[in-house]
Amino acid sequence: MNSPIVLQPDETFILNVGPQHPATHGVLRVKMEMSGEYIVNAETVIGYIHRMHEKMGEVKTYPQFLMNLSRMDYLGALGYSHCHVLVVEKASGIEVPERAEYIRAITVELNRIASHLFWFGAFVMDLGGFSPLMYALQDREHILDMLEGVTGSRLTYCYYRFGGLYNDIDDDFISAARRFIPRMRKSLVKYRKLVTGNVIFRKRLEGIAPITSEMCRKYGATGAVARGSGINFDVRKNEPYSVYPEFDFDIPVYHECDSLARYMVRMDEIEQSLRIVEQGLDKLPGGPIMPDKKPKMIKPPVGDFYQAVETARGSFGVRLVSDGSKNPYRLKLRSPTYSNMHLFDEACRGMMIMDALAFMGSLDLVIPEIDR
Amino acid sequence: MICEKTKLALQSLFPEPKPEPVNIVEGASEVSEKKGKAPAPPRQDGLLERDYAIHGYHLDAQVSPDQLLKAVSILDAAQFFIESITGVDWINDNQLEVVYDFSRYDFDVCRVVIRTRIDRSNPVVPTITNIYDGANWHERETHDFFGIKFDGHPHLIPLLLPEDADFHPLLKDFKA
Repeated sequence: MNSPIVLQPDETFILNVGPQHPATHGVLRVKMEMSGEYIVNAETVIGYIHRMHEKMGEVKTYPQFLMNLSRMDYLGALGYSHCHVLVVEKASGIEVPERAEYIRAITVELNRIASHLFWFGAFVMDLGGFSPLMYALQDREHILDMLEGVTGSRLTYCYYRFGGLYNDIDDDFISAARRFIPRMRKSLVKYRKLVTGNVIFRKRLEGIAPITSEMCRKYGATGAVARGSGINFDVRKNEPYSVYPEFDFDIPVYHECDSLARYMVRMDEIEQSLRIVEQGLDKLPGGPIMPDKKPKMIKPPVGDFYQAVETARGSFGVRLVSDGSKNPYRLKLRSPTYSNMHLFDEACRGMMIMDALAFMGSLDLVIPEIDR
Repeated sequence: MICEKTKLALQSLFPEPKPEPVNIVEGASEVSEKKGKAPAPPRQDGLLERDYAIHGYHLDAQVSPDQLLKAVSILDAAQFFIESITGVDWINDNQLEVVYDFSRYDFDVCRVVIRTRIDRSNPVVPTITNIYDGANWHERETHDFFGIKFDGHPHLIPLLLPEDADFHPLLKDFKA
C-alpha cells in the first residue's frame, strides 16, 4: 500500500514550485521536470496577478493613470512613475523646473536603495540567513519615513506630476537624508563583514548559474543581471535622462556572470546611489517645483514616443502611442523583470534545485511588475 | 556610427523607390496628420529617421511580414538586444500593427523600431523566436492581448491571461 515510489534511473518527475511558495516572493509558478535533485527542464508560468494595466492606460486619462505605475513594482515605485511622466512631458513638450528634476533624482535614488535593501534581506533569507533581513529593514525604514514625509505614502507613491512634483521637500527631509548617508555607509561595511565575506554564502553563489552576455542579449536582460554578466549598460549613463549627466557616479560591472556577481552589482549600486543623493542635496537649486506654463488638459500630439529609464530592476520603458486625445491610444509598459525572468527557464537546466532557487533570488523578482 | 550602418543595412530591404520619399525628415508626415480633415492613409512600408529627442528612438522601419525575419536578422547581426514586442490596433484602417523594439548595450545609442502591419481579419506574422529566444514571452503576450498569431511559435498558449481565455482585451472593439 504505502510502498515508496521507485524511479527508474532515466525516469523524471514533475515538481511544482509555487504559485504559493516562499522562495518565489509572490505568485509565480515554475513547473520543473526533475531527475533526482537536478532540473531537466523548467517552464515558468506567470500571470496569476495580471491586472491589465495597459488597458487601464487606454481607458483612463493621463493624470488618472499616474497612480497605476507605482502598483507595478511596489519596491521601487518611483522609478516607474518617473518614466511615465518623462514620456508624457517629452511628447507634450512640458518644461520641468530644474529643482523638480533634482528632487526626482534624489527620491528615485533613495527608493532604489530601499529596493536593493529589501532584496538583499530577502535574498539572504532565501539562502537560510535570517538576521540580515532585520538589519536591512531597519535601514530601509529610514528611507520609507523620509519618503512618507514628502510623498504621503510609504510604498505606492504617487509623487510626480506632469511638469513637476506634488509636494516640495522640506528641511526635515534634507536633514534626514543627510543623516542617512553616513549611516548607510556604515551599514554597508557591516553587510560586507556579515554577509559578503561569509564562506557559506559565497559557496552557495560562486560559479552558480552563469549567464553569458550573449544570453542576456537574446533575452533582453538588463539591470544587475546584465551588469553581472560583464555588460556595461545602465540607461542612466547610456541614454542620459533627467539630471543624471550632472552627477558623478560609476556603474559597477562584474564579469563573473554568476549569482555572486549579481549580488555584488546591487551592493555596489547602493554606494553609487548614495553618491547621487549626496551630490543632489549639495547642488539642489531653488525655484518652483511646477512649471508656470502648463496645459490644463494633457493632450500629447499625434505620434509614437518611447522613453526608457533605469529602475532598481533594470531598464523600464514606456511606449506611448497618442492620437491627440486625452487618453493614450496605446500605452505599452516594458518591464525589466519580465525579460530577466524569461531567461530562467533556459539558464536553470542542469542545475540543482537549491541552486536554481538561489539563482531566482539573484534575479530580484517583483511579480506584480512581471504580470502587470 | 552604428545607426548609420544599421540604416544602410535596413535600407537594402526597400530597393525600389517608393511613391513616398524614403527618409522623410522629422515632422512632415505628422503635420499633415494633424491638419488633414480626411483620416490620413496608413503609412507605406519604408524607413524613417526619427528625432531621438522627441520620439526616443532613431530608426523606424515599417516592413511587410515577409521581410520581418530579414530585418530582425540584420539587427541580430549588429548585436542588438530585444527590448519588447507589442501590438497596436488601428481599427479605422482595419489593420493590426506589431511593433518590435530593439536597442544595444552600447554608449553609441541606437534604438530601432521595426513595425509590420497586417490585416485585422487574418492577423498572422512569422515568429522571431528562432532568432531571439527572448521573443517567446513577448509574442505570447501579444497573442493574448491582440489575437495576433505568430506562425511557427513553439508554445503559443496564454501567458498573462487565464489558460482558457478566448478574448483579446486590447482590441479596440473588445467589450468586457
